[in-house]
Amino acid sequence: MTTAERTEAEHGTGPDAGLAPLAVPAARAEGCPFDPAPGVERARREEPIARATLWDGSACWLVTRHQDVREVLGDPRFSADATRPGFPFLTAGGRELATVKPTFIRQDDPEHARLRRMLTADFMVKKVEAMRPEVQRLTDDLLDRMTTGRNSADLVAEFALPLPSLVICLLLGVPYDDHEFFQERSSLLLSLRSTAEEVRGAQEDLRRYLTRLAESKRSAPDDGIVSRLVARGDLDDEEIASMGRLLLIAGHETTANMTALSTLALLRNPDQLKRLRADPSLIKGAVEELLRYLTIVHNGLPRVATEEVTVGGRTIRAGEGVLCTLNSANRDDGVFPGGDALDVGRDARRHVAFGFGVHQCLGQPLARVELQIAVETLLRRLPDLRLAIPFEDVRFRHDMGIYGVHALPVAW
Amino acid sequence: MRVHIDQEKCCGAGSCVLSAPEVFDQREEDGIVVLLDAEPPAGLHDAVHEAVAICPAAAISVEQADRAGRV
Ligand code: SF4
Repeated sequence: MTTAERTEAEHGTGPDAGLAPLAVPAARAEGCPFDPAPGVERARREEPIARATLWDGSACWLVTRHQDVREVLGDPRFSADATRPGFPFLTAGGRELATVKPTFIRQDDPEHARLRRMLTADFMVKKVEAMRPEVQRLTDDLLDRMTTGRNSADLVAEFALPLPSLVICLLLGVPYDDHEFFQERSSLLLSLRSTAEEVRGAQEDLRRYLTRLAESKRSAPDDGIVSRLVARGDLDDEEIASMGRLLLIAGHETTANMTALSTLALLRNPDQLKRLRADPSLIKGAVEELLRYLTIVHNGLPRVATEEVTVGGRTIRAGEGVLCTLNSANRDDGVFPGGDALDVGRDARRHVAFGFGVHQCLGQPLARVELQIAVETLLRRLPDLRLAIPFEDVRFRHDMGIYGVHALPVAW
Repeated sequence: MRVHIDQEKCCGAGSCVLSAPEVFDQREEDGIVVLLDAEPPAGLHDAVHEAVAICPAAAISVEQADRAGRV
């Protein structure tokens, strides 16, 4: 630390002060598409609470170490409320979304807890574990369809995306036949390239669709989540629509990208693939390790300080934004020795791939079951699985808020 | 070891149940943590410590017993 930095740390100079802030989202290296951006890695090693500049020129803090990320995300003095001044937006589209009625991921307790608790029963471990046979059946059906009479396919379009899509539609009570409609809209909402207009349009389409769906469940209830929210009687159709939208989007992109990227990471690490194939009982731990190693929410979770807080020796003032980069926290050597390597035998359970604090992913038990079944079944049923194009030609989702691959041509 | 839970803080994502299913469960109606065993046997202590470490809401805490086994 230089003297100037030390002075700053002691006196708590805001993120606008000092030299060379990192532009975020930071660009990844050409070399390894699985690693966090070099600028973020450097920040973790040299300046764990670093200055950063966002797309619109505004400043925020970048929090990169495991301990500090957990501290910030676990501290109610850091707010998730995007309507507070100083909240750091990653894109123009993100700022646009903050203007519409927020869902609980952009609210603080007690309102956040009140709304979230309406859904926790649907994702509890016991309930989701009971869905294993159903998820296994859907997985087998998709693989039957993908492999019958063929020896190559795009794994994203034919397996990784349809599986979580089918599961979340089933849980919500949304007709799967409409999946193209949601997939297109979720993709616009999550693209870093979408304009504010595109985001507004996609948002409005989904709102209208889900409000209509909530309305129809009133006369024809089923056992899906939307129907149950309608039956409570204390939420209006707009509120139900925004919760439905949140679950639909979260259910689609995250597990789909984890499945495809996990497959690719294993194909790139043949020794690890071999270990996992030789001992399928490693699957639970391997999924945690893949979650850690890949951390597909790679741009950092935004929060804004509501009072002065000291984190990692730096003073963050009220109204200053922070971004917590989960992928760098998950490579922190102090917690995960040799963390830049994929090791399916590692105990990775302390990873923060699902976030941390009261906003930690609600759907994580479901994501775990889906990933365990998808990866295990894929490897078991396709012993000759391989990439059908050169690795260099794989198109990574540098342009999306959820990392992954746009397509994954494979052969078997 | 004596285990304490704070149901007010719990956000119900169930990591504790995965770490130590003998000690923690989730309430049927809202997924909030319930304590099955407030004084788990020594063989489960590591799993409980793990649950404390990964609980995102700091809803679980433990008191260690003294030499005489009192908590
Ligand atoms: S890990 Fe913590 S927040 Fe999650 S269910 Fe258990 S007690 Fe609740």
